[in-house]
Amino acid sequence: MSRHVLLVEDEPNITEAIRFLLMRDGWTVDAHSDGADAVDIIRAARPDLVILDVMLPGKSGMEILRDLREIEELRAMPVLMLTARGQSRDRDMAEKAGVSRFMTKPFSNAEVLTAVRDLHAQATQS
Amino acid sequence: MARDTLTGSRIRERRSIAGLRQADLARQVGISASYLNLIEHNRRRIGGKLLVDIAQVLGVEPSMLTEGAEAALIATLREAAAGAGAPSHEADRVDEFAGRFPAWAEVLAWAHRRVGSLERTVETLSDRLTHDPHLAASLHEVLSTAAAIHSTASILAETGELEAEWRDRFHKNLNQDSQRLAESSKALVTYLDQSQEGGDDPRGVPQEEVEALFASRGHHFEELETGAMDIEGLIAGAPGLTSAAARQVAEVTLGIYARDAQAMPLTEFRAALVQSGLDPVALAAQFETDLPSVLRRIATLPEGVGGAEAGLVVCDASGSILYRKAIPGFALPRQGDSCPLWPLFTALNRPLVPIRRRVSQLGRTAAEFDCMAVATPQFMPDFDHDPVYRAFMLILPASGPEESRQDVQPVGSSCRVCPRGTCGARREPSILSEGF
Repeated sequence: MSRHVLLVEDEPNITEAIRFLLMRDGWTVDAHSDGADAVDIIRAARPDLVILDVMLPGKSGMEILRDLREIEELRAMPVLMLTARGQSRDRDMAEKAGVSRFMTKPFSNAEVLTAVRDLHAQATQS
Repeated sequence: MARDTLTGSRIRERRSIAGLRQADLARQVGISASYLNLIEHNRRRIGGKLLVDIAQVLGVEPSMLTEGAEAALIATLREAAAGAGAPSHEADRVDEFAGRFPAWAEVLAWAHRRVGSLERTVETLSDRLTHDPHLAASLHEVLSTAAAIHSTASILAETGELEAEWRDRFHKNLNQDSQRLAESSKALVTYLDQSQEGGDDPRGVPQEEVEALFASRGHHFEELETGAMDIEGLIAGAPGLTSAAARQVAEVTLGIYARDAQAMPLTEFRAALVQSGLDPVALAAQFETDLPSVLRRIATLPEGVGGAEAGLVVCDASGSILYRKAIPGFALPRQGDSCPLWPLFTALNRPLVPIRRRVSQLGRTAAEFDCMAVATPQFMPDFDHDPVYRAFMLILPASGPEESRQDVQPVGSSCRVCPRGTCGARREPSILSEGF
């Protein structure tokens, strides 16, 4: 079964930690740090799951998510959103934009791993 | 279950805490273990000498066993249950819970209070986050760095065998991120400090922008005194007034300043102070003006005139602070949630009556101040309309004869940072007592 994650995050050390974590769990991990062309990268890579930071250079994670949901073939793609802003209105905004899971920084590795596994399992079942 | 029927549960709980077996306690108070078992399961009522004997063995007051947890604890637990949407059949048994597990009940009540306190703090910060992009970016930086450190440290701590290359890389990342966190935290604290000191960057709130303008000028405007510049010109030359609302507030406040200066020209006012001393009522009579104008004028004199540094607070009938001139040793909260014991608010309760009080603000210095306050109508009401009052309080370092301690009124700055535990006017718990 394909297990490919695309991580869109501009903090290199967070990227490194998550990459290590997921690779150990058997995932193929690609990373991208710029929001401006993130949608194109995702469309081209077609990962099984996207981990998306909210505050990115070029384009915010929230805008990227809205764009993804506008694209027919990417509409159902699981998106785990990471943000330092955990206010209810941010969460509401993300849910309205179609986020699959919303996680606030600082997060635990176990939380990320569980979320990725759950989202992938849900996507493959449906 | 009613509270007075839970005596047995409390006995059982206390016995467990004391590390006594049922048979031991029963023997010590002269009853059978089976009878004590019935009592502990609330199947037999207990009172009189037996209750006193059991309490004595358990080392508690009999009332602790009969009354159980304090009413406040029960109320807090009910509040917590309601807030968390606990099922009613469970929430109704809060009394039983507190009786059987008093220590856990205290923990839960403490956690509920703590959550409330933190929610208020978060709400305040969230509001600032929404309106302050610099603060939002700074906090994002701190949290992102903390996330990187947390994640990396967890890998190092939890991964059994880690290849040397990865381990070295993560150590290097940790070192980088810890340095970054130290720097971003320092920058954030500096930013918040500047904000609290009302520095040059007033963060875009109209009242605060005007306050920053007045503070930067020592609350005195020489050009308005001499007529060298009008209000319009002064506002045009104040880049810190960034919004139309701030400029409008500044126009009104400076207009009041200019009228006070016209009614009490500096030279004459200085001479009157030398002649009559700092007597606001006499000065009001001499200059044929009202008491609030004199209080404002004293507070806005240039440095060295008047003989004493003066603070001033003005509030409207809602208690909202409209103007603050700080004086060292007397904390004036920025958000307006001030201590209701200030003479300023006493004046609001007794309009048109000048109030003079010597006060001491609880805190590190506990310095004493003479406060003079009065509330007057904001405008002349029409017939059959209620007046709307505005209160003014001049704050001067205490001078003259020492008051006896009982004549010095203890006040705070705001409940949130006031250490006075037994204040009848308290609105909310102090974060100092809650350890935040």
